[in-house]
Amino acid sequence: MEHPELEQALGRLLGPAEPEVGCDACFEQLDRYVELEVAGADADAALPGLRAHFDGCPACREEHDSLLALVSGEHS
Amino acid sequence: MQVATRNEMGPASRAATVRRMKPLVSATLDAESREWIASLKATGAPRDEAIARLHALLLRAARFEVARRRPTLPHLRGGDLDDIANEAADDATMSVLRRLDDFRGASRFTTWAYKFALLEAAVKLRRRAWQGRELPLEPESWTLFASSGLEPDAEAEQSVLLRAVEQGIEDALTPHQRRVLVALALNGVPIDVLAERLGTNRNALYKTLHDARQKLRRHLDERGFSLDSWLEET
Repeated sequence: MEHPELEQALGRLLGPAEPEVGCDACFEQLDRYVELEVAGADADAALPGLRAHFDGCPACREEHDSLLALVSGEHS
Repeated sequence: MQVATRNEMGPASRAATVRRMKPLVSATLDAESREWIASLKATGAPRDEAIARLHALLLRAARFEVARRRPTLPHLRGGDLDDIANEAADDATMSVLRRLDDFRGASRFTTWAYKFALLEAAVKLRRRAWQGRELPLEPESWTLFASSGLEPDAEAEQSVLLRAVEQGIEDALTPHQRRVLVALALNGVPIDVLAERLGTNRNALYKTLHDARQKLRRHLDERGFSLDSWLEET
């Protein structure tokens, strides 16, 4: 595709096409999701809807990335 | 959206879900998490000591978040940042103590507690970064999203889509949905900042954003734009 700026804007405007959880449900399950990721398990299969939410919600994605980095650092 | 689906469930189904989602904590907890819970539910000096340990743990997490975001906050001094980390640790400690009975052992206690500190620190830093700034609630020039130097056919295709998006935002959304979508998705206003200014919360605002996105997607689908094929290539 030849319209990178437009495609990025469209992605932000339209959000994920897949079913997603809301911010509260995301926060409730975030600790479990991250521990599954650190353990190498399939977090997306165990807790569906979070990955799509991270695609649509930059704030929840940032907090996921931080928790993953913090917990991964403790395991390394 | 899963949240809406859950809200549509009837009382009996909801009660069954609550029973399923509340396993006995003691049956699944690791030893360290069990010790945290027992200490924080104790009385007197053991509880005070556990709360001090919890605060230290959450301060470490809050400082971790501050350090990650520091490059994006050049105008804040080290003292300001440490104040924010301390405030975040204070608020997170209160949140953890208030919600201790919600901990079901789905993760280690420390992982569960960390997320409160990271959330508090992130929200405070986002709000500080936007303090005193006017929030852009109207679309910037649509030409910002247009790629330049395209072949005539591609440029025409881009113009048609841009016009359809602009029209969809104008016609298909309520004024509130339009403001929220434009501020969050186009103008990059952090959701916590907008929630604070509008007197709402992140979850409610994201529901509005989700509904607006669905309406816009339908508007474009109905006009024959194959959106997923566009987005898959990003």
